[in-house]
Amino acid sequence: MTLQKIEIEIIQEFEQLNNWEDKYEYLIELGKKLKPMSSKDKNANTLIKNCQSQVWINAKLIDKYIILQADSDALLPKGIAALMLRLYSGRQPKEIINSNKYVFSTIGLESFLSPRRANGMLEMFKTIKLYAIAFNLKTTL
Amino acid sequence: MLSSKDILYIRKKFPILKKKIYNNPLIYLDNAATTQKPIQVINAIKKYYTTINANVHRGAHYLSNIATNAIENSRLKIKNFINATYSEEIIFTRNATEAINLVALGMSEFLTQGDEIIISYLEHHSNIVPWQMLCQRTKTCLKVIPIDKDGTLQWEVFEKLISVKTKIIAITQISNVLGVNPPIKKFIKKAHTYGALVLIDGAQALSHLIIDVQNLDADFYVFSAHKMYGPTGVGVLYGKKNSLEKLLPYQGGGEMIKTVTFEKTIYADIPYKFESGTPNIEGIVAFSAAIDFIKEIGLNNIIIYEKKLLDYTTYMLSKINGIILYSKDIPRISIISFNIFNIHHFDIGIILDRLGIAVRTGHHCSQPIIDFLKILGTVRVSLSIYNTFEEIDNLYKGILKAKKILKQ
Repeated sequence: MTLQKIEIEIIQEFEQLNNWEDKYEYLIELGKKLKPMSSKDKNANTLIKNCQSQVWINAKLIDKYIILQADSDALLPKGIAALMLRLYSGRQPKEIINSNKYVFSTIGLESFLSPRRANGMLEMFKTIKLYAIAFNLKTTL
Repeated sequence: MLSSKDILYIRKKFPILKKKIYNNPLIYLDNAATTQKPIQVINAIKKYYTTINANVHRGAHYLSNIATNAIENSRLKIKNFINATYSEEIIFTRNATEAINLVALGMSEFLTQGDEIIISYLEHHSNIVPWQMLCQRTKTCLKVIPIDKDGTLQWEVFEKLISVKTKIIAITQISNVLGVNPPIKKFIKKAHTYGALVLIDGAQALSHLIIDVQNLDADFYVFSAHKMYGPTGVGVLYGKKNSLEKLLPYQGGGEMIKTVTFEKTIYADIPYKFESGTPNIEGIVAFSAAIDFIKEIGLNNIIIYEKKLLDYTTYMLSKINGIILYSKDIPRISIISFNIFNIHHFDIGIILDRLGIAVRTGHHCSQPIIDFLKILGTVRVSLSIYNTFEEIDNLYKGILKAKKILKQ
């Protein structure tokens, strides 16, 4: 499925949720379904700095596709991480590089989008993009 | 004690309290980070720029004189507010952090290898890092007074740490994480018997306690205007006259000199020796309005009301299943930190935010104490004179709601 289609799918899912409470609960559910990350992979290299909660993101390039793993010790950031994985894992680097984060503001999670460093969501997005840029360079060199 | 009607009257002076956050009334419980500003402080800034703006201490003209008088009156008001002996013992800085750095850098020339500096586990990063930097530069040693689980400084250990090698002790009057207030007077007295200087970080204390620097007998006392209803960008270093005179200026520039030639510069006397460059004039002027605001209500009234409100907050929070309240049973000033078993502090903070309730979550720039408590962070509720009992009821409900959403 294209990135755009998944974005539309996520927007539609969140449209069915009437209020922020339901959205947050859904996010928490998504987080709970996230495949656990091994403690070995949760290390200083995969830990996102400047987050109030601990968020880990790991990326591997397998056959031109970026495979992401993520985890968090807090429920809401973990839900955000799950959304990110659904959007960006299994994509080629260029797709991620060209993506934007409009989906998150469209689904009513704008309070997670502010650049305040404690938040983490922007940092997660930046980290995934940086991985994509690095892998893109590696494959084109 | 101030009645709920009085508090309502006070609240009306704070325009921001009318603000809605996600359609909920703002409940501002992050006062230890910064307080909101009453209209008279906001008006003072406006009045400064519309009627008296000029640079200070240099112009021969009318406006410059008025501006100079305004900041010197502010200095006098602050001097009286903390009962300093002389106006020149009040140095304007950008914030409490800069005031600490000023002292640390100012005394670097007098330290020699083997000297020691003592701080405590309760300190904010701003009362840790400047001393660490000083120790690195001067090859001196940093010692730390440990705490008990409830945040009490271990006096017996302090007695062993202090010696003739100790040159300065820097401790907080109120912990910004736990709200506990160590018996600093006892520490100051002991330090002086060894000839050590003492710096007190009063950032959390002003507007919550009566401060009498002569009675405390601290050599240096620092605080910030913005934590006491004043504007951001203004801090104060109080120092005993003779202690300040010994310090070297840590920034050079205009205003801090008597004469300048390329061969030699003679520094001005205190306080100007430490106030190089154009100061934050409007901030200093508005700070004076913040002190007037506190005096109008009466510091004693504020103290009594805030204690009642903190006791009520502690009582309401302790009703919540699974709550862990830090330093619950020892006296605290306007702050309470908590966690809820099996819930991340950040998740609670995000949900409270959605309800319009502003709290601080995380390590509160005091990582050592958070590490000491073997936790990742806390949710911190910090009160001010405009907070109400009803807001605390809503905080209580908000936490229950957060628990429900987080399914705990």
